[in-house]
Amino acid sequence: MRKLYINGISSISPQNEAIFKGSTPQQYENNILPAQAQDYKSLLQPMMLRRMSKGVKMGLFCAKKALDEAEVKIPDVILVGTGQGCMEDTEKFLSNMLESEEGLLSPTSFIQSTHNTVAGQIALDLNCNGHNMTFTQNSVSFESALIDALLQQNDQNIKNILVGGVDETSNELTGFQRLDGQIKKEGHRNLELYSSQTSGTIISEAAAFFALGSEKLKHSYAEFKDVEIINSLDEKILESRIENFLKRNDLLVSQIDAVILGKNGDIRFDQYYDQLQNGMFSATCQLGYKHLVGDNNAISSYAFWLASKILKEKKIPRIFKLNALNCARPRNILIYNQYLGRNHGLILLQDL
Amino acid sequence: MKGIAVTGMGIISAIGSNLEEIYSSLISGKDGISYPEILATNHTNLPVGEIKLSDLELSEILNLPKAHFYTRTALLAMHAIKELLKKSELAQFPEDTGFISGTSVGGIDKIEAHFYDFQDIVEYRKYIQAQHPGFTTEKIAEYFGLTQTVTTISTACSSSANAIMMGAQLIESGRLKRVIVGGSDCLTKFTLNGFSSLKILSENKNRPFDNDREGLNLGEAAAYLLLEAEDCIKGKPVLGRVKGYGNSNDAFHQTASSENGEGAFQAISKAIKKAGILSSEIDYINVHGTATRNNDLSESVALKRIFGRNVPDFSSTKSFTGHSLGAAGAVEAVFSLLSIQNNEIFPNLNFDTEMSETGLTPVTNFQKKKIRTVLSNSFGFGGNCTSLIFQKDA
Amino acid sequence: MSDLHTELKKSIIEQLNLEDMEVSEIENDEHLFGDGLGLDSIDALELIVLLEKDYGIKLTDPNQGKEIFNSINTMADFIEKNRTR
Repeated sequence: MRKLYINGISSISPQNEAIFKGSTPQQYENNILPAQAQDYKSLLQPMMLRRMSKGVKMGLFCAKKALDEAEVKIPDVILVGTGQGCMEDTEKFLSNMLESEEGLLSPTSFIQSTHNTVAGQIALDLNCNGHNMTFTQNSVSFESALIDALLQQNDQNIKNILVGGVDETSNELTGFQRLDGQIKKEGHRNLELYSSQTSGTIISEAAAFFALGSEKLKHSYAEFKDVEIINSLDEKILESRIENFLKRNDLLVSQIDAVILGKNGDIRFDQYYDQLQNGMFSATCQLGYKHLVGDNNAISSYAFWLASKILKEKKIPRIFKLNALNCARPRNILIYNQYLGRNHGLILLQDL
Repeated sequence: MKGIAVTGMGIISAIGSNLEEIYSSLISGKDGISYPEILATNHTNLPVGEIKLSDLELSEILNLPKAHFYTRTALLAMHAIKELLKKSELAQFPEDTGFISGTSVGGIDKIEAHFYDFQDIVEYRKYIQAQHPGFTTEKIAEYFGLTQTVTTISTACSSSANAIMMGAQLIESGRLKRVIVGGSDCLTKFTLNGFSSLKILSENKNRPFDNDREGLNLGEAAAYLLLEAEDCIKGKPVLGRVKGYGNSNDAFHQTASSENGEGAFQAISKAIKKAGILSSEIDYINVHGTATRNNDLSESVALKRIFGRNVPDFSSTKSFTGHSLGAAGAVEAVFSLLSIQNNEIFPNLNFDTEMSETGLTPVTNFQKKKIRTVLSNSFGFGGNCTSLIFQKDA
Repeated sequence: MSDLHTELKKSIIEQLNLEDMEVSEIENDEHLFGDGLGLDSIDALELIVLLEKDYGIKLTDPNQGKEIFNSINTMADFIEKNRTR
């Protein structure tokens, strides 16, 4: 089987990328975390930029940066995971339609409301005719895109795959998530997420994109080994499912050097992670990220970014650590995430 | 390479609630285009391909408890998959069955209905998650006890064609043994007004490939196929095989297709190459044929680029069903398989005059013909172009 | 320059999100599409909405737009002749 190397990465989130170098983390208190502002004009044409919602901007910007780092002009494949899709434009068209009672409507926000707007805009900007796919499956949206990456690389002609995750927020539609218990009721400091004793989480907007290549470069980050999604699963069999996943990749639990957990401070569902922390991975270095960047349907792409950084730079910044265990030479990193007890995703990365 | 076996199918659309009804409409040339009665819209002058069953009626057919929270897209999908299950002679789907659903609309019907209620009315808040298409997929999965590989593809009007392609690849790669693939989309005010704002809806019955075509009619439908690996078939009848597939991006415009039909051209080329056949082996094309000025012209150009003077028999069955967006690819996959099984071509209705630019004439009458290989096209917003090739088993 | 010309430029900038543009930067006879201002077919649809909303003019055939939306001058001419409000 051909290998897939991570040759370029880029992330936009509520934290600056420099957080990996130890910069002071951004703090938020109102449970909906905005992404850090970027100089979008530096990479995107103004005539294109004028119509773009935050998600499209973030996605295209990250895509270009990741490709640039991998020295790829036009990838063979573009894959995007986005759970909620283009919420801003959906909300705009929807509220105009409802307010005008189906009156005269301007089409732009409708055009941009389709879930594949980000992937389509990337193709348009890069003039890329390749396979172009968008996955929208809750917390495994990005993982689904990774599955497609593995499928596409079975084709010997495919050399470079762009894959990413992006989700934006919008006033009303994200606001509704306060009403149905997805977002915590009381304002909560993000850095204290894990000590929360309440239900719900903190929601954010973010994007992370990766240039995967069949050839290893001098500056490659890591190898993307495998991915699996499980729609629903009893807590009791989580450990055995993880063991099977590792076995498929010729690995034992003890060979996992660090596990990145999608813990999000929702007391109703964090037991999936607690169980792993106290069970099979109790002797493993454990990391979390949602206290920094919040949660959304494509946020596991941030964990993928984090794992890539760790495997390349061979260090684990303290701010991400959930326990006191160290790991001198990280080789294998497992990412596990779920949302509301459904849509479980496993991703495996290995150093070079 | 034999291609991936299709061992089951189920469908609901404006021309019938199951395979038999739909087949009978197709052979008798009976379209399902009418004015909206179930969808509560002001645009009562816009013809649609509507399924004349309310959410309540669908719920009763599916024996659902009163207090359920399925979106209409989910209800349609469940109706179609139930037929698939029944005809497959399985009591239930085996545990390792995967599920890949294509949808564009998802649960927007519930969001537009309750947008102003969520703040005050607690019981509607269960629909807040419906904005996310995966919610609809998850509800369907729950109903059939599908717990493993479950995901949603949302690439506008090619969504379910892409789901079929991905399912075939998952089996080919050995990652799955068995997978339900297809898609579902219901009519909503959101999409009807959206397409209306783009000025591409016709106030008359749609006329694919006609020189005087005026635009599309929106439709709703759900259709699913069961794909199985060779070692699962065990003597079961094989309805046909997914022999080739290809996706390509037009990379031209957010909604419009390019003048030279580049995306379509590349998608068809990839599918032919994957199938390992000559273009001359294609007996029939179920074209995307939305009946918009832009699509049909661009698609004709692509067909001429591929087939030259020998464009195979083709028709757009959207003249029967309307354009069911994310579900269209799967609906037309089922029609393609029916063509293969019965050696028949279903007509392109409402056609009168050939397009002045390309002069292509579709099949306008029901036709008997030996059909072994069918090409089915599905193109969507964001330049997303997908072609599938189905072939008779053995 | 008439008030209508200025009004049109203002609404085009607003409606089409031409954030970095000033009214003074759009010439009356400049091509709005292609090599001029660089508008595209999505903008054309927005301009059709603008005609209807602000001036009560309903274009039934989107192809009519091509000539009307050639420049600010042609748009203003068409509006003067056809406006219902």
